[in-house]
Order: sequence, then structure tokens, then C-alpha cells
Amino acid sequence: MNAHDTSGTEGDGSPVTVLRAPIVLEYEYSAGQSASRFLRAIAEGRLLGQRCPVDGRVYFPSRGSCPQHAVTFGDEVVELSDKGTIVTFSIVRVPSKNIPLELPYITVNVLLDGADTILMHVLDADLDDVHMGMRVQAVWKPREEWTTSTENILFFRPIDEPDADYDSYKEHI
Amino acid sequence: MREVAVVGFTQSPSVRREPDRNEVEILIPVLQALREQTGLAGAECDFICSGSSDYLAGQSFAFVSGLDAVGAWPPVSESHVEMDGAWALYEAWVKIQMGYADTALAYGFGKPSMGDLPITLALQLDPYSVMPLWPDTISVAGLQARHCLERGLFTADEMAAVAVRDRGNAKTNPYAQVKGDFTVEGILAEPFLVNPLRKSDCAPISDGASAILLAAGDRATQICERPAWIRGFEHICEPMDFGVRDLGRSRGTEIAAEKAGVSSDKIDVAELSAPFTHQSILVERALGLPPETRINPSGGALAGNPLMAVGLSRIGECAARIFRGEADRAVAHATSGPCLQQNLVCVLEGR
Amino acid sequence: MGDERDMNTAERALTASHTLEYTYKRSLGPILSRFFTGLRDRKLFGIRRADGTVMVPPREYDPDTGQALDEMVELPGEGVVRSWSWVAQPRPQQPLDHPFAYALVQVDGSETPFLHVVDAGDEANMETGMRVRIRWAGETAGAITDFVFVPA
Repeated sequence: MNAHDTSGTEGDGSPVTVLRAPIVLEYEYSAGQSASRFLRAIAEGRLLGQRCPVDGRVYFPSRGSCPQHAVTFGDEVVELSDKGTIVTFSIVRVPSKNIPLELPYITVNVLLDGADTILMHVLDADLDDVHMGMRVQAVWKPREEWTTSTENILFFRPIDEPDADYDSYKEHI
Repeated sequence: MREVAVVGFTQSPSVRREPDRNEVEILIPVLQALREQTGLAGAECDFICSGSSDYLAGQSFAFVSGLDAVGAWPPVSESHVEMDGAWALYEAWVKIQMGYADTALAYGFGKPSMGDLPITLALQLDPYSVMPLWPDTISVAGLQARHCLERGLFTADEMAAVAVRDRGNAKTNPYAQVKGDFTVEGILAEPFLVNPLRKSDCAPISDGASAILLAAGDRATQICERPAWIRGFEHICEPMDFGVRDLGRSRGTEIAAEKAGVSSDKIDVAELSAPFTHQSILVERALGLPPETRINPSGGALAGNPLMAVGLSRIGECAARIFRGEADRAVAHATSGPCLQQNLVCVLEGR
Repeated sequence: MGDERDMNTAERALTASHTLEYTYKRSLGPILSRFFTGLRDRKLFGIRRADGTVMVPPREYDPDTGQALDEMVELPGEGVVRSWSWVAQPRPQQPLDHPFAYALVQVDGSETPFLHVVDAGDEANMETGMRVRIRWAGETAGAITDFVFVPA
């Protein structure tokens, strides 16, 4: 709201070469039907996907319509497990001020059991252990801290299950 | 030139605030209705072009999510304009003219209720010497209205009569937002919103979406019994500085109308997207409409103003009257920018 | 009259307040740099156009001919109101927190009115054709908000 924040200083004689005119806009954002349903469920610890009526694929998170067939999903939901398979991963050694994790950390694409689309998240595991096909499960915040936010899931962690078959996730790499 | 026609048109209702659906969820039913009307409204089209503004959504690249509504996998031939959907339609028409497509979908969508629209639109102004003063849309339009009033180009009564006409016409439009039996006396008794403009001089703020399907030649007559053939299509831009423009006329509309061939024959219907009553008068004069032309039978922008779709809907409203045999020749107008800075004119015929 | 919704089957959606900020610095270039340096030093500059007239704020190129422009012309800080809108309820972003006018002001020696602010106190003090003069801010920074106009 401050259009007076400019670089010049009166009387110092140097030319003004830069203008700062900050733009600050306030919005009341609406999540819409599909994301609201998803977020209300995650506040109860439930992960909701939706099934495409054309090919039966399960989208998670759902945006309310199939981006391939351009049809709405309607009201039917598919409840998913919080266990899944690592489809691919990356080890991050560059800091980002939006990620409060110590470096290096692991980002993963997780294919949740029952879903046909991948979820991007972070993994708490030894760098030497992480691999494609690894079975993982979500680690949630304490129940009393759950809100209508995907931040209810802190990260994923490996579980003691045999690796998934490559064929079961290869189309999601 | 190829023969290209509007063969389908659908729209959402204009509403002051749609709190429960996001932009894409407003758009999806509009495209589904277009598919029911024409048989195609998404990836089946040779080309897809949309008009929207990330500033309205408050999200960068918000238009990309609109592709969920068309089904963009496998990938489609697609483009986007940060303009009203009428300009998206223009790009689609050019694509067909160049022979790269026989069918094309254009859609526009916007949800300005999420922000403070009159302030958001200050970002259209020169970012160095004007925008930092944050002139709101209504104040900027007021400068033009007073200029016209004090030059004697028209009176406040004539401005009010535009609102009376448009909102009366809108009574039969189920998609319109502001409609009813207004009177000139009643409007002139309203307090000023921003002197010299009263609330009734201003278009409402509306959430909404609309979509048009274009087709060339035989495809057009296969899809639509009575296509609305595009006989002229032009858009013209005026400079940024108010001081070098003539705010007492819409020079850009005059040039666009001449290039689009508006004056060559009778005009049954004209649909204008002028968002203020005084601008409607300026556009009517610039188009050179004959007295028998029916202006804004849908109510125009003053009855429903879904930004980024309102101009496209004017073309659609003209086309729909040609589909139904209610008009043989129609002229649609769309605008963007402060004080009618950018103007688009489209001439449609039923033969 | 009023809102009509055909979407009444929808459930209430979740909403959240959201602030979007663009905090860019803009490079001024040679012409606008001289204009804004002038404002910081409490001087108003226009630029001479191809036809010999003067426009303010200056532009790098003539709006009619596209010809590059370079001759800056210092203008007096007063002029005439050519049109105005009365803002009875200013928004938080706007330059004054009390009612004021946005106006097209044609300063003496220039042929192109430009949009600025007139702090006139009351709507009744506004009239097209009235004389106005610049009132500089207590501190100038090289911005279009370094001044407002007041009735002369």
C-alpha cells in the first residue's frame, strides 16, 4: 500500500533510476467444491480421490474433473490408504526458504495404493536406502493439530514391506 | 478468406459472487453444455483458445487449470490471451483462416469477486506515472463521462436511459444479473457513486464464463442448422496516455467498425459490452447504428459483466439470435482497458 | 433484480484470505529517470513532441509518429482541470485518506492533460476549468506520488 517507497533521496543529487511501486492485492480465495471436499476429509485423516467415469482411473488429489476426458467426477469418492510406493525421487542439497527441512532431504513421487496419479511429498529416510519401488507410509501430525490442510501429513517414511513390482508403477515415472 | 461461422454458444449465469465453485468449476458446465449443443467442445476441436486474467484469480498461470475443462491429454493445440474471450475468438478465427484448423473452441472465464475489482484494474494503467496513484475503474470512467457531459455530447438523462433500456431488455435473459423496470427519474435520484457516475451507470461485478464454437465451411452447416457466418472481424487499440486520446468518441471502435464492414447493410441486432452507460452511447455512435437496430436485447454488459467472458458473450448473444432466425445480420462489440482503450467489432450474418 | 444462482446444489466451499504482492523494482530508462529525478527535486518536466507541443509525463517516443523524443521542458507547477471524478470514499491504496478528486490536469505550457489527484477538500470546490497548482510532499522520493494538486 506504499507507493512512496522509491529509491531516490532528496538532495543527494544522484539521478533516480529505479521506481518501486509495490502492488499488494487482497483476495478471498475459494477452494471450490472438489478441493473443499478433499480438505475437509484430510482434516479427519481421510485421503479422498475420485474416479474417472470414462476409464476408471483414480485421481488424487482430485480437481473435480478428468483432465484427460473433460468430464466431471460427480459426487463419488474413493478413500485411499496412506501407504504407497515411491515412483521416483530426488535428493535436494539446495536450500529453499519454503521447506523447513534440514539439507540434504529427499523429495518423492508417491503412488498411493488405489490411486492412479502421483503425489509429490518428502521422505524421511537414509539417503543410501531410498530407491524406486520402496514402500512408504504417511507420518501425520498429532491428531489434535489436524486442520483442513495437506500439512497434516508431515512426510513419508519407509515401512517394512517388500518392494513393489516395477510393472505396478512404471507408467507413473 | 475462408467461410467461418459461430456454430455454438453457451454461458453461465452472471452472478455477483459464486463462492462455492472455483473458476474451473464455473467453466466446466459451460463447456459440457456446448458439447451437448454441438457435439464437440474440447480436445475434439482442432484449436482451443481461452481468455482470462491471472490478476482476477490471484494466482500465477491460473489459466492453465482451465485446461482441465477441455481435456488436454493427449496434448492439444492451445493458446491463451490475457484478454476477454472475444480476443481469444479472434485468434481462433485467424487460425482457421490460415488453414491450420477447421473447428475451434474459444472460451472466457473470470471470478472477479475474489478481489477488489476496481482496484485490480488499476494495474491496466501506466505502471510508472499512473498506477501508483491507484485510480479505480469507476473514477477513471468518470473522467470520461464528465468530459462528454460538459462538452454537451449527451446528457445524464440519456445515460440513464441506456441503463433503463438494457436492464429492461434483460428481464427476458435468464443469465442476466441486474434486470428490472428502472426509470430515468429513479436513476437520476440515485446518489453519485463517483461523481458524475451513479450506481446504475456502472456494470455490475459478475462471476461467470462463456464459450463459442467456430467451424469453417461445410463443417459449420453440419454442426449448426443456421450458422452465424463471420463477415467482418477487427480489433483496434488506442494509446495508453489519456491526454493524447479523444475521450469524447471511440475512435478505435470507429476504425474497427469500418474495417469490419458494419455500415454496408442493415443491422437487426447489436450487442455492446460497454461497462458504463456513457461508454455505451460512445460505442453506439462509433458503430453508426441505424435507428431500427435493436441494441442489447440480452441487456449487454450493464445487465451482466463477467469480466473476460462478457465480450465473448456479446458475440454469442448475436449468434444465438441468428441461430434462432430472429436476426439476419448482427454486430457485436467487445472492449478492454480504461475508457474504451481497446475495441473489437464482429459482424455476423445468417446467410 | 439481484443475484440469481442456479448452482444452489453446491456445498459451501472453504475460503481463505490471500495476499498477492508484486514487489518489483522498475528500471526507468533515460527519459523517465529525468522526469522522476525532477520530481524528487520538486520540478515538473515534460517532453517536446514531434509537432512541437509538450506532453507530460514525458514519453520516450511520440504517440503519433513513434519518433524518439529527447528535449525535456521544465513546466510551471500549475494548470487547469479538464475533467474530474469525486472519490467520496477513498480506498486504502489511494493517495489520500479523505475525499478527493482524480482529475485530468493540463499544466501550463503543455497540450496533454494527465491523470492526477486534486486535494480540494470538498466536492463543491471542484469545477472543470479551475486553476490548480502543485503541492509537494514533505519528503520527495522521485515518484508520481511526490505531489498532489490543490486549488490555486
